Amino acid sequence: MTEQTPQEEPKQKREPRDAAYWASYAETLKVTGVADGATNINVEGRRAVGPLQGFGKMWQKTYRVGLEGAEVTPAEVIKTWKENYQEFWPEGNRFYAPLAGITPGEVALISGSLPGGVKLSTGVMVLYADDESFSLMTPEGHPFSGWITFSSFEEGGTVIAQAQVLMRANDPLYEMGLRMGGHKMENEMWRQTLENVATHFGVDEPVETNIVCVDPKLQWSQYRNIWHNAGIRSALYMMTAPFRSRGKGSER
Amino acid sequence: MPEAQVKMNVRRVGENASIIDVEGDLTAFAETVLMDAYNQASDGQARAIILNFEDMEYMNSSGIGLLVTLLIRINREKQRLLTYGLSEHYRSIFQITRLDDAIAIHDSEEEAVRAANSA
Repeated sequence: MTEQTPQEEPKQKREPRDAAYWASYAETLKVTGVADGATNINVEGRRAVGPLQGFGKMWQKTYRVGLEGAEVTPAEVIKTWKENYQEFWPEGNRFYAPLAGITPGEVALISGSLPGGVKLSTGVMVLYADDESFSLMTPEGHPFSGWITFSSFEEGGTVIAQAQVLMRANDPLYEMGLRMGGHKMENEMWRQTLENVATHFGVDEPVETNIVCVDPKLQWSQYRNIWHNAGIRSALYMMTAPFRSRGKGSER
Repeated sequence: MPEAQVKMNVRRVGENASIIDVEGDLTAFAETVLMDAYNQASDGQARAIILNFEDMEYMNSSGIGLLVTLLIRINREKQRLLTYGLSEHYRSIFQITRLDDAIAIHDSEEEAVRAANSA
């Protein structure tokens, strides 16, 4: 007779409650449909990168505003934010929302402004989206390596709208840029975005900002990220535009 | 902020490692519970912290953010962070967010403890 060991009851594995909210894993990003005016030169085929893959210091920046007196629920705030993402952004930046909207796994293209009149072409992937929050993750070459989470929740009877960034500068050049005024520009951009969200709900409250340096160390092992630098590539793309159109002309 | 829907139990396994059993939801509201559990797990001696995710029921992107900040803190203390009990779904999330670049994922407690004691 063979000795039998008591078999453990297999645990009931249910579908996790968050299963529908996360993007599926893909080795590289794929853009479906490029809107008029958008440039897909720094997103297609790039990998998404988190705060662990960047070069610079790691920062956690939280911007929040209390929607004092507004008759809204957190879910209504997030629904509105998803639908009007571009409208809430300050002027000078353009967010080309994916055709399917802000849903997990979708990729949005972004056009921003850099000093010297350079148009920065980059994008973000929707990493996570549920009824009360959504997160956007950056691709290689984006100024930041990390993600930003937009959420809404109740605190002491007031509905809060919040944006929280967890990121490092992607490469040494971006890190230098952040130190030379980039942080200030970024803080102002998100402060203004939150202000616009509050204004949409008829609220005029100050935006609170909380900035924490999570890791002051530079990750020198990641200096090669500069190869994908979307700022440099966007500038080169702009500079070579006349040659590309001449090339097209001679093909005719 | 809403109350955290998570419980964390800390167990010492050998001289070098502690296990934190995560039960429930890992969201932004779990920050205090997680950091308290880490402080208890560290106890001035543990060189490795093992997170057991067998009973994790829900995690959102803020929960992943918490793991990133925990990892930075653990690295600063020259400790190691290991995990086990991740379902296929959560393994995939570790891949998407690229946490698997920095956090060792093991199949079982035995394997994780062995790895924690091997270095």
